[in-house]
Amino acid sequence: MSFWGQVREFARRDLLAERRAGEVVSIVVPFGAVALMAFPLALGIDTPVISRTGPAMFWVVTFLFTMQIALRHTASDASHHRAMLALVGIDPFARLVGRSIASTILIWLFMAVMFPVMVLFYSPALPPTWLPALLPAALAGMGLAQIGTLAAEVTTGLQARSTLAPLLVAPLAIPLLIGGSQALESLVRGSGILPWVLLVSATDLALAVTAALIAHPMEDAAL
Amino acid sequence: MPIARLNDLRLQLGRTPVLAGVDLSLEEGERLGVAGPNGAGKTTLLAVLATLKSPTGGAGEVLGAALGTNEVRAVRPRIGWSGHQPALYDELTIGENLRHVARLAGVGVESVAGVLEEIGLGGAMERRAAQSSNGMRRRVDLARLLLTRPQLVLLDEAQAGLDADAGIIVDEICRRAVAEGGAVVMVSHDAGLLTDRVDRVVRLVDGSLVG
Repeated sequence: MSFWGQVREFARRDLLAERRAGEVVSIVVPFGAVALMAFPLALGIDTPVISRTGPAMFWVVTFLFTMQIALRHTASDASHHRAMLALVGIDPFARLVGRSIASTILIWLFMAVMFPVMVLFYSPALPPTWLPALLPAALAGMGLAQIGTLAAEVTTGLQARSTLAPLLVAPLAIPLLIGGSQALESLVRGSGILPWVLLVSATDLALAVTAALIAHPMEDAAL
Repeated sequence: MPIARLNDLRLQLGRTPVLAGVDLSLEEGERLGVAGPNGAGKTTLLAVLATLKSPTGGAGEVLGAALGTNEVRAVRPRIGWSGHQPALYDELTIGENLRHVARLAGVGVESVAGVLEEIGLGGAMERRAAQSSNGMRRRVDLARLLLTRPQLVLLDEAQAGLDADAGIIVDEICRRAVAEGGAVVMVSHDAGLLTDRVDRVVRLVDGSLVG
């Protein structure tokens, strides 16, 4: 099977497993929405502050909950699964790419639900045309999926996985969060978003290259 | 041409020696049984033969690929392993699990239904793996070997959790591998379970072959 055939097969399997398990739709999305709603309630009636913090809260909630998505139970392989896949002859990088694509789709779904929730509860200043904001947001979602997939791979089988994974992802996600949130701010101010798009794209590219370089060594270490 | 050859092969996990100088030769058409008590290193020996673990000493070759080198990646698709835990995805059905493997292995998915009939699970295609009994899961794991037809078959406690009928499946997998010029290695804690199914039995104790 070709590399892209393997990628498609892994993405398809992950999405099918998620559809059955419903971890994202029935657990992560509702909790994310509750987290977004809880913050303005805690702030009280300080409407200007709520309005100003809306986009930032959107990105904080997106970051925190998308890591739950990327590290979900249905997106992890036990050692006996990995052994079986290695013997079938799959390319470990294809598995990472397929898994990242599945997580990206789920993260985009999460963001698509959270954004209207944020607008509803925070009433932030919105750019006159919001379509250009989709590109950096989509790229940031892609990057978060890659980070989560890499963290899941590195920490598979470790007892301290739930502690170690967030520590690994936090520093790597900073450029994505800055790029994603600042692109929206720039659009509101009426300035260009190209620098932020470039920042997020460069981060995505660096993550993809890292994944390609470490896929085989990580596979060997995990078997 | 030998299917596998191990010369004074050693493997240490941390500071613990698991295999302590194993010499073994496996020829085409041979069915080898490896018996030994729990913790003797039987599963680790299978992992080495599956090229999934690299030796820390000695030398070995499996299907012409030197162990511990990148050559092993090319021969892995010719090796099939059924281990203690069936490699199934709980959220997928039995049919979906096998079709997933078939697609990745480049085997026609249309053969999945036939293989399921062969192992007596023709009516369980749409059953979720998580809702299947341990015995059914073991059978499906063995069905994977019928589907991919590996040259070197490695069976780890193949009879565990299986009824007598399922023994026929194990025999069929072994028969096909041997008939096609491959070889089989079966391990069990009980040598009595192996004698009817293999050509010779060796004993592994504390990481070394004895007797």
